[in-house]
Amino acid sequence: MSIRPLLSRAVIGERTWSLLLDFAVFAALLAMIEGLAVITRYWFGAITPAAEISRSPRALPLYAFYSVVRIAIAYVLSLWFALGYGYIAAYNRRLETIMVAVLDILQSIPVLSFLPGVMLAMVALFPTRQLGVEFGAILLIFTGQVWNMAFSFYASLKSIPRELREAARIYGFGAWQRFVQLELPYGAIGLVWNSMVSVAGGWFFLMACEMFVLGNRDFRLPGLGSYLQTAASAGDTGAILWGLGAMIGVILLIDQLVWRPAIAWSDKFKFEQVESSAQPSSAVLNLLRRSNVLERFRLSVMAPLSERVSLYLARRGVVGETAPPAESRSRMVLGMLVGAVIAGSILYALAAAAVSLKTITIPALISTLEGAGATFARVLASLVIAAVWTIPAGVAIGFNPRLARFAQPFAQLAASVPATALFPVLLLALIRIGGGLGAGSILLMLLGTQWYVLFNVIAGAMAIPSDLKEVADVFHFSQWDRWRIVILPGIFPYLVTGMVTASGGAWNASIVAEYFHFRGHTLSTVGLGAQISQATDSGNFHLLLLSTIVMATLVVTVNRSLWRPLYRVAQTRFKLEG
Amino acid sequence: MQAIIEARKVEKWYGTEADGRIQVIAPTDLTIYPDEVMAVLGPSGSGKSTLLRILTGLAKPSAGEVVHHGHEVCGPCENVAIVFQSFALFPWLTVVENVAAPLKARGVPAAERMERSVKILDTVGLDGFENAYPKELSGGMKQRVGFARALVVEPEVLFMDEPFSALDVLTAENLRGELLELWQSHKMPTRAVFVVTHNIEEAVLLADRIIVLGRNPATIRTDFRVALDRPRDRKGPHFTNLVDYIYRVLTRPDLAPAPEPAPAVFEPVKPKYQMLPHARRGAVAGLLEMLADHNGRDDMYRLAAALTFEIDDLLPVVDAAVLLGFARVEEGDVELTPAGRAFAEADILRRKELFRAAALENISLVREITRSLEARADHTLPDGVFEDLLDEHFSEEEAKAQLETTIDWGRYAEVFDHDSDSHQFFLPEETPASGQPEAASH
Repeated sequence: MSIRPLLSRAVIGERTWSLLLDFAVFAALLAMIEGLAVITRYWFGAITPAAEISRSPRALPLYAFYSVVRIAIAYVLSLWFALGYGYIAAYNRRLETIMVAVLDILQSIPVLSFLPGVMLAMVALFPTRQLGVEFGAILLIFTGQVWNMAFSFYASLKSIPRELREAARIYGFGAWQRFVQLELPYGAIGLVWNSMVSVAGGWFFLMACEMFVLGNRDFRLPGLGSYLQTAASAGDTGAILWGLGAMIGVILLIDQLVWRPAIAWSDKFKFEQVESSAQPSSAVLNLLRRSNVLERFRLSVMAPLSERVSLYLARRGVVGETAPPAESRSRMVLGMLVGAVIAGSILYALAAAAVSLKTITIPALISTLEGAGATFARVLASLVIAAVWTIPAGVAIGFNPRLARFAQPFAQLAASVPATALFPVLLLALIRIGGGLGAGSILLMLLGTQWYVLFNVIAGAMAIPSDLKEVADVFHFSQWDRWRIVILPGIFPYLVTGMVTASGGAWNASIVAEYFHFRGHTLSTVGLGAQISQATDSGNFHLLLLSTIVMATLVVTVNRSLWRPLYRVAQTRFKLEG
Repeated sequence: MQAIIEARKVEKWYGTEADGRIQVIAPTDLTIYPDEVMAVLGPSGSGKSTLLRILTGLAKPSAGEVVHHGHEVCGPCENVAIVFQSFALFPWLTVVENVAAPLKARGVPAAERMERSVKILDTVGLDGFENAYPKELSGGMKQRVGFARALVVEPEVLFMDEPFSALDVLTAENLRGELLELWQSHKMPTRAVFVVTHNIEEAVLLADRIIVLGRNPATIRTDFRVALDRPRDRKGPHFTNLVDYIYRVLTRPDLAPAPEPAPAVFEPVKPKYQMLPHARRGAVAGLLEMLADHNGRDDMYRLAAALTFEIDDLLPVVDAAVLLGFARVEEGDVELTPAGRAFAEADILRRKELFRAAALENISLVREITRSLEARADHTLPDGVFEDLLDEHFSEEEAKAQLETTIDWGRYAEVFDHDSDSHQFFLPEETPASGQPEAASH
């Protein structure tokens, strides 16, 4: 039995294009270095809060690059944070309850209303550098995308089968080996899918926060979002089309270069005992796997490095097996100290908020509540409209495989364009037809949220077992009975999932949909979102705080009292069990 | 003989002393000696897997201690290995990576890791499959990987938790044979083997020493050496006699062939709740009918064979019939009581009445729920009340299962109903046995 074939990648014959590929890899490397240089030069340049945004298509590649870098950095931060947060929440029994509750609430809070606070803080931290504004934008995207990833990893850790855990324990895995060989692989699939959702959400926020006014300061970050907004407010149709094209191109490229390969790669982490027939594949991943340069890099750099790390950790673990109880005591004290500091700062912040809220006048409070009612009605309307058209459409697509093959790529493309990027364009159209923002904002919310519902309905319709459909055929169910007995109960759990996501999205969208700068003047309508944006514009932080609190409370309440019970019903009564 | 691992008065219980704890394992002494294959037999739910986990240091005993070469064990033992029922392979690692993982944990460098893993894979007959992923392998081959992973660390004691029960009969037989061969030819770097099983023939085939556990709580019923020569002939008279003997021990809880009198220190706190066996009442009815067909009495072994049941699938059904007062167990035979005979001969509606009477009479939880419901003005009660109560006596999982069985029985008896959406118990409408359950209103 020779050992060599185990160490080298098995089949060399398959590597046909490898030379070409190696050039490509080198080129990519060079491009990365150049990109790094551009970014650093720009970040460490003097502050230009109101950069002039060019409408020339020639500026687009650089703008797209800036936007992608922002998203990428925010994503990497989110990933690290999610891993750490999920890990601690899963293993620290004392913190678990608090951390999960925090996740739950932060997931449902409208992140956009944090924008001003975050920006001001960041600009204050780096007063003379572009870095501050950039960090603000990145931090905001981060807050938008991190929570579902953290939750996904936490849930994966909690559901690792008992015997796998026991195997890791009895064979003496240290924390590092357990993480690399058990926990991370087990959570990988969930992380990949949630990453896709998160990054899509990241685009949404990025479009909104690349260009905004805060009091008397006008922040503009060069990027795709600011390009589109500039083009729209100048009414430059050509530039709008260029911008949209660039944006769709970038999103498609990321899908092909990042997500497809990631999904195909993560398939091996599926926890299944038998191989499934359909496996996702990715041409890019196959090419990468065949690249000689990457392979050599892996063998000569990565493998020895990870080997050294794991050996070091394993040997250290064997020596320092018994931890003295004194340490756990000091750790407890430390934990209590940290807890006290956190509790103290929360109390301080609460007190400050209370003081700040005291200045709110009664009329302001009333208008906030009015706005809340109006926005609530709009969110509801957008959900109803979404449900009304997506249920029949989704069921039709889901029941008809040929239609599905045809329609799904289109729907996916439509969904991947962040709604915030389209707002300026749509607004332009709305004004031309002469519609007001009151009804128009419903349309804008719809734009961002209906896709979640549609995809879930399609998935639900596809999941209805064909024997149930056959029962309906055999017994000649009327069309009404067919819907009432087979279809609606079948798609119910999926529908609820889609609606929950859509409702969260709609609340967030209201902040950008109800208030708009356009060619020097401001369009707005009555609503909580408008009030948040307006308070941001005018730097009225008391009002901003109040409206944010009202919105967060509303969202959390609706989640608790409507969606969660529905979700539970869906999970118990309408679950289709094999 | 020098003991390798010694359990001294280990016990395991759930709940607290104050409100009656459920004893899973009664105080037990158990010693693993070198050069022997030791099998632990017991019906399912008898705590034999828990015992294995206590001996390996994976689980802590509630009382007593486990000593490994004279040192008390805290945390998983260093030189033991486990072969799991579900294989417990990492699906994202190749076969060879799975086998090498324990070596990596011990800080063995890559080249040596690879060499040792490949060698052990060779021994278990998996050469050529080093780079396959577990999901590409059949069940038997997966368990071979499980064996290789266990053996690669050269464990002093090889623990096996129902290693063959997830495999089909032929594969299991083949693998057992190969395991025995490795053990006898000393190709296995292991000084003792400890196997947990519910398969009597498997135990007799493999073991030098067999321990039979009783349940509720687990106690050692008997502990004896198997003096049969190897290779053992399944058809031989000694073999079949031994299998018969163990069957009798297993199915006659009343007759205690304990090698030593049960320790007087152990006096179980009487739990407030009976532990309901998890038997569907349909199965109970089936058993009673079958008994009636067999003139009201039959040998449990024969019944199991006639039903093509494993004996430990049959035991909970018998337990349920006994608990309800429909049957009694005597010397390995099950016998119908007059109530049981009446039930077997009744029609559907009459059966419900008999069952209701029996459940209210004999099952304290059914009685308690019914009584509490009747005391309430709206005749409803959240099930959380009872689940909390059960939680104090059982593990969380067991509490859920107990509640489910109770609901199943209570529904059939029509003494109460349960709405799983609102998590409430309620009294059924006062239309007795009209065949109109209120589920139609949903």
